Amino acid sequence: MLTLIGIGVVVIGFLLRVNPLLVVAVAALATGVASGRDLIDVIAAFGHAFTESRYIAIIWLVLPVIGLLERAGLKERARSVIAAMRGATTGRLILVYLALRQLTSALGLTSLGGHAQMVRPLIAPMAEAAAEMRYGTLSPRTRWRIRAHAAAADNVGVFFGEDIFIAIGSILLIKGVLDQNGIHVEPAQLALWAIPTAVMAFVVHGTRILMLDRWLARHATETETVATDETGAR
Amino acid sequence: MIGLEVVYLLMGLMTAGIALENFRDRAAPRHLANAVFWGLYAISFLVGTHLPDLANGILVLGMVLVVSVRGLGRSSTELTTAEARVESARLLGNRLFIPALAIPLLTVLGTLTLKSATLGGRPLVDAKQVTVISLGLSTLVAFLLGLWLLRPPASAPMREARRLMDSVGWAAVLPQMLAALGAVFALSGVGQVVATLAQRWLPLGTPLSAVIAYTVGMAVFTAIMGNAFAAFPVMTAGIGLPLVVHQFGGNVVAVAAIGMLSGYCGTLMTPMAANFNIVPAALLELPSENAVIRVQIPTGVILLVANTALMYFVAFR
Repeated sequence: MLTLIGIGVVVIGFLLRVNPLLVVAVAALATGVASGRDLIDVIAAFGHAFTESRYIAIIWLVLPVIGLLERAGLKERARSVIAAMRGATTGRLILVYLALRQLTSALGLTSLGGHAQMVRPLIAPMAEAAAEMRYGTLSPRTRWRIRAHAAAADNVGVFFGEDIFIAIGSILLIKGVLDQNGIHVEPAQLALWAIPTAVMAFVVHGTRILMLDRWLARHATETETVATDETGAR
Repeated sequence: MIGLEVVYLLMGLMTAGIALENFRDRAAPRHLANAVFWGLYAISFLVGTHLPDLANGILVLGMVLVVSVRGLGRSSTELTTAEARVESARLLGNRLFIPALAIPLLTVLGTLTLKSATLGGRPLVDAKQVTVISLGLSTLVAFLLGLWLLRPPASAPMREARRLMDSVGWAAVLPQMLAALGAVFALSGVGQVVATLAQRWLPLGTPLSAVIAYTVGMAVFTAIMGNAFAAFPVMTAGIGLPLVVHQFGGNVVAVAAIGMLSGYCGTLMTPMAANFNIVPAALLELPSENAVIRVQIPTGVILLVANTALMYFVAFR
């Protein structure tokens, strides 16, 4: 029971809005010590696991590239491309991205997307531009909502697309866990059972994205419009 | 052979550059805290492989200490004017998209081709890490492409990287920290304790209640661990297989596949899945770190209910 102390630390830490890095470190040390290990050993184990997980941070290598492109006007260009498209709305644009993200993930191409590579430099500015085209200057609250939706579409698309691809990590993990328990299944069968949920995810989240257009029609320009300048630069 | 160390070297150089930029920028708030934080991170990338585990552990705790005591500063001043960017965008046109799109396209290409590529009879890249290495190399190519296309001043890449890294801040390191926490949880047997508790305290007497315990359990435990992959073995061995499949005769393929996807519903709703939920909020400069989660919660809840119903109706036919 005492080993669960880390979960308690995490829940309370996040609720009290303590810095998450501190929360995670304390949770890890508390869990290790509660399970009967020496503090020094736990620190070493934590350091080992942290070092072994460095590959997770590789995505930040894109920052110099994105920075250079933004400096040269990438977001501004993305906006003018959208401004030239008649019929483009924020909701439709994000919906198309959701569909593409889900389809390409289902083909195993999960790296064709992502928050740092696609959402920040391209999708979010385009989605904002589509709203600006219709409603003029947007309130900060509206901008934030549009951006959050752009990020959410990326997540929903990849989560509920990738499992249709048979060689993806999660399908292989399911197969591995079942193998360990003496049950042998084909990856293709597992992938097949991911399709109904994928369809439901597209319908549910797609509907919500289209509802964003209706929300924008009501709220896009209300109140605190003075906070941004005319180009939308922050 | 090209392995992860090559990519770590690039990351090390970049974070060291960011540390240096911060160190020299005396006008920025808490610039020294930033310099120490990114400097320690650079050490982890450059020599972490060769340091003893304890040294790596102390290094991480050092980073945590800097964040907790001083907090990181943020130099959010734009380095260019809006007019200059609009003018530059007009001149460069769609060529601006080339380096941006090159990253995902080359990564996919690399993932598909590099795995089997050989040089003088030996593998060119470490096949186990081919996606990460492809991403690293594609980024490098896109970077060179950007330099050639845009001809920026020599100081621009590092200053821009620092501007963006400042806006992300500590959130950049959170996913890696959470992965390390997951490893400690696994080492300490947290999963087994949760499965035992669930079996003892949840009412699991009917097929429906067992299905609900499994799907909701997957979502909740995923939300706690921040990762459906960590929750799946525990919940499946604890509830999915013994109860839903063996006791009530559920179809194992449908149960396992839908069980995993129920976990993903939990991923949509938790700050513990930092790379999906907290990092984009930082990257997009949203005022609340939970802004993306808030948008995802309705979808997560609806899909969890839908998955539960789906499993109940298809698994026992």
